[in-house]
Amino acid sequence: MSPQEFGEKIKQATIKLLMIAAVYLPRDVKSALEEAYNREKGELQKKMLRAILDNLEIAEKEKRPLCQDTGAILFYVKVGEKFPYMGSLPRILREATAEATELIPLRPNVVDVITGKNTGNNVGNYLPWIDWEVVPNSDEAEITVMLKGGGSEAVSMMKVLTPAEGLEGALKAVVDTAFEAGPRTCPPNIIALGIGATGDIATKMAKKGLLRPVGERHPDPRIAEIEKKLLDAVNSLGWGVHGTGSGPTALDVHVEIAERHPATYAISIMVFCWAARRATMKITADGKVTYPSHSFLEKEG
Amino acid sequence: MSMAEYKLRTPVSEEEVRKLSIGDVIYLTGTIYTLRDAGHKRALELIAKGEKLPVDFRGMAIYHMGPIVKKKDGEWEVVSAGPTTSTRIEAYEYDFIEKSGVRIIIGKGGMGKRTAEACKKFGAVYTIFTGGAGALGAKGIQKIAGVHWLDLGVPEAIWVMEVKEFGPLFVIIDSNGNNYYEQVKEKVGQNLKEAYAKLKL
Repeated sequence: MSPQEFGEKIKQATIKLLMIAAVYLPRDVKSALEEAYNREKGELQKKMLRAILDNLEIAEKEKRPLCQDTGAILFYVKVGEKFPYMGSLPRILREATAEATELIPLRPNVVDVITGKNTGNNVGNYLPWIDWEVVPNSDEAEITVMLKGGGSEAVSMMKVLTPAEGLEGALKAVVDTAFEAGPRTCPPNIIALGIGATGDIATKMAKKGLLRPVGERHPDPRIAEIEKKLLDAVNSLGWGVHGTGSGPTALDVHVEIAERHPATYAISIMVFCWAARRATMKITADGKVTYPSHSFLEKEG
Repeated sequence: MSMAEYKLRTPVSEEEVRKLSIGDVIYLTGTIYTLRDAGHKRALELIAKGEKLPVDFRGMAIYHMGPIVKKKDGEWEVVSAGPTTSTRIEAYEYDFIEKSGVRIIIGKGGMGKRTAEACKKFGAVYTIFTGGAGALGAKGIQKIAGVHWLDLGVPEAIWVMEVKEFGPLFVIIDSNGNNYYEQVKEKVGQNLKEAYAKLKL
């Protein structure tokens, strides 16, 4: 394959990645919503969860974005040091985003901070956002996209606590964030707590938490235990489905940690709406593309 | 809490709107207009200057929504159309209800005291369409009959939409000024201690 052909192939694969992210909710999230529907006793909430499941069906059948807010487009790239054309990826991802905006279509969501003018194609300064991780001894690339809706992002927080406030302060902040968010974040939500030395590390950890599938616990059993307790606590608030007072407030709570500085205890809390759209693709050095987050689509053809 | 179901057609009368209570479900047919933050701001500025708005909101429904649209053979089509968070629009809604004569507001995420006051005083309701359900929303929209203020960008423009049995819409604020979310919030406030206790806080 020539470099041009390879670049074109990655671009087309990225357009498909954006399409499947916008149209097909990951199966872990869908199953959790189905489970909530089956368990629900409230008449109004059952009707609302039915609307959510009907919505997913219509989106998949008609290949429409399941939510009109196709979000801030965030790419998480894990690239092998020997992956060819690594340097072309930023250009390819931006071009794919602009083309996908027209083709799928996505809602143009990139707005000039000073003038308020919309760029119209989802491309602008630092958008789509590209987060990089370089993987030693690998010649593959793994690209995950998150479509992050504005309503749920509006309650994101970052704060540097004192070590004295520490873990207790962090746990309290999760409950308080869910309490304050109420119906605004389209619950049931996925909530993530990130902890680290600095504000930016903590937010990065929180986003990592949002990328983890619903129902998957942290490998460290101490943190897994905290996650279970947080999930129980948040759900005992009782906001429920779209804040109507019955059903789950959170589908899951994830905690991701980095080490901290002796004087700091930076925390970040991020919330994902029930329309928690994320998708992953893998590209081998010879250009073979798979979508492990949406392997069910390959089975369905 | 009641959960009566109503099928309404725009324009709706004050009498029809005054019948609705929190928890009721509406399916709406007729014309609805999208209106978000920037649209409210401009509409109120024009009204203040005594200028005419591009559409007549009296008896009509507004939808806090910025759609995905595409143009096919010169005609706009709706692709996905679920609600946006209404709380941002709280700053404008009292004045807008008073001055525009709008009767039904559709959004998600709830609205505050001032909006509830306006609903009571002028005869309007705030309802929610299931947040995130953009594909379902598009299904209830039969066509785009027009668009105004496209210079504000696709999400913020006024989209004139013909809808058929658009819903379910859940009444969250009724014309008695009852706010369903305020009632839930009170309960949640009482649960806060229990949530802290579960974490030994």
